[in-house]
Amino acid sequence: MSSIVIQELRVSIADKEIIRGLSLEFSKGEVHAVMGPNGSGKSTLAKVMAGHPDYQVTGGDILMDGVSILEMEPDERSRQGLFMAFQYPMEIPGVSNANFLRAALQARLPEGEELDATEFYYRLYEKMDLLEIRREFTARSVNEGFSGGEKKRNEILQLAVLEPTFAVLDETDSGLDIDALKVVAKGVNTIRGPGIGILLITHYQRLLNYIVPDFVHVMSEGRIVRSGGKELALELESRGYDWLKADKGEPVGAK
Amino acid sequence: MSTQSDSIAIDRDIGNFFYNVAATRDAGVGLTEKTIDYIVDVKGEPEWLREFRKSAYNVFKSKPLPTHWAGDELKEIDFDVIRYYLASGEAAKRTWEEVPEDIKRTFERLGIPESERKFLAGVEAQFDSEAVYSNIKKAVADQGVIFMGSTDALKERPDLFRKWFGKVIPTGDNKFSALNSAVFSGGSFIYVPPGVKVRHPLQAYFRINAENFGQFERTLIIADEGSEVMYMEGCTAPKFTTATLHSAVVELVALRGAKIQYITVQNWAPNVFNLVTKRGLAMEEAEIKWIDCNIGSRLTMKYPGVVLKGRKSRGEVISIALAGDGQHQDTGAKMVHAADETTSNVVSKSISIGKGRATYRGLVHVPKHLKGCKNNTECDALLINASSRTDTYPAITVRGTGNSTQHEASVSQINAEQIFYMQQRGLSEGQAMSLAVNGFVNDLVSQFPMEYSVELKRLIDLEMEGSVG
Repeated sequence: MSSIVIQELRVSIADKEIIRGLSLEFSKGEVHAVMGPNGSGKSTLAKVMAGHPDYQVTGGDILMDGVSILEMEPDERSRQGLFMAFQYPMEIPGVSNANFLRAALQARLPEGEELDATEFYYRLYEKMDLLEIRREFTARSVNEGFSGGEKKRNEILQLAVLEPTFAVLDETDSGLDIDALKVVAKGVNTIRGPGIGILLITHYQRLLNYIVPDFVHVMSEGRIVRSGGKELALELESRGYDWLKADKGEPVGAK
Repeated sequence: MSTQSDSIAIDRDIGNFFYNVAATRDAGVGLTEKTIDYIVDVKGEPEWLREFRKSAYNVFKSKPLPTHWAGDELKEIDFDVIRYYLASGEAAKRTWEEVPEDIKRTFERLGIPESERKFLAGVEAQFDSEAVYSNIKKAVADQGVIFMGSTDALKERPDLFRKWFGKVIPTGDNKFSALNSAVFSGGSFIYVPPGVKVRHPLQAYFRINAENFGQFERTLIIADEGSEVMYMEGCTAPKFTTATLHSAVVELVALRGAKIQYITVQNWAPNVFNLVTKRGLAMEEAEIKWIDCNIGSRLTMKYPGVVLKGRKSRGEVISIALAGDGQHQDTGAKMVHAADETTSNVVSKSISIGKGRATYRGLVHVPKHLKGCKNNTECDALLINASSRTDTYPAITVRGTGNSTQHEASVSQINAEQIFYMQQRGLSEGQAMSLAVNGFVNDLVSQFPMEYSVELKRLIDLEMEGSVG
């Protein structure tokens, strides 16, 4: 089964250990949610999976379809099929959304092969319609002058166009009002399917009302402390994260 | 084609070619009055020009190098070893096999037509472009536009030529305008009749050879009342040259209500000193716009200017500079307001890569008796590496009441988070850097005619590829 397996991962930044022996696995066709209080290391987990250079992996491994990705550059991981929706998407002045996506798709083609422009625009417009994004958007510079909600929607648009095998959504719901949240959730739900494995990193349970996960994991102080089904999210909602501190057990592995 | 391989000693590092050519039309090295006589005699020029050139030569000799404000690189010019005039057919050549691989690759990447590559690479001494541009030639003639080489113009149309020649940029403006006035050869002369809007952007289409693509071009463009013309100079492809000093002079005259756009893309070899004086005179309600891109040369010093002589006239300079290792792009603008309600706008973007250095010098002058004048300057610098350098020297003098000026400057680096974001979408670090840099200059590049803007983007990509790491 095509999956991402994280084994006993340990990550530090500038000698400070953030992730302390984390194990987690999610497969194509599944939606997993990772919840946790602030400072638990959720965003770090996402960034390390994507290959952010600021973090040092001091132990453990991350395997994508059985192959370790730790030595791969961020762009190689992307081309292998990994996508991360950023919590704080970057602005790229002077580069239009259309050209950016074209460049990203072109980078995935073998040397010498040209991306077909008509097919590209057909695909792009199809996804834009799904996410209720207006046509003018394609000419605007990437994320420049976008509201928080627009940036998050843009992340999902890119996800839809790039069609990765695994997607990590880092606090996609943060900064969104209900309407924006619904649109984003609709987008993710349309993409959801047997061909993609999704890891949703979120602080609030609210998102999970719209994107119903198959599995929920709770992260605390750099490791997964609990795993369960979607009801676990509801339990956290009513009892809060402190409940887990009282109940601290062994670090939990997959499923 | 003569075989010169036995008399050519090639030193790729310096880029200087040494050759022995038994040339009948070679003025030799160094500059003396004899060189001037030689030029005048060989070209069959009138006596007034002989006097003009000789007096310019004296001005050139009397002026010191402006090293008190310019970079030290200038001191490296050895005026005695330069060839000041070399006629067509005798330029140094090399075989296609001798052309370095990176040059060939650049041609490939920029999509330079096969027919032009040999000329650009110095394999052929000239490129007969008549066939290529015959449509433009006919269209231009049909509109009554005069378009010829400067030498032909001064002989055939002295009435027009002498009226403005040397009036926008007097001989004594600076040491290098004096030099050009003494030894100029090649360059274009254009006269656009009143009301004529030239439909095609003009480019020098007459026989392109060493002389016309040469060191000391002199261009004069006169747009009569209400006319409009766009002129393009240079190309993105690296142009082989043995001459290390290029000192052109470009004079533009926009009469009442006329519009001139002058577009330059400069990509000289990295050993060339490119010291250019460019200025336009804008009469009432006229507009002059300089669009300038500097990518090559060891040192470029160029400050396109507009003298806003007529009421409500407008001057604009759009400048892009790319400075890599061993390069200094010293560019900017000069806006001299000399009438009420005139406006000037300068937008300059520079990119310094490796140890490259980009300098911006902007002069804005509004005297106190004028009213309603507006100036706006924006200069943005991008530093790619820790060793990259940029300097800004604004010289803004605005007096009087009711005039306004605005100056904004920024220096930035490529944001590492931006690069990570782009990498996460599948772009390599190099591709991400190129995209970020192209984004930085995008709004200026899009003001170039399309053929140039496509080539410019590719050229920037090429330059960036070398810098990542």
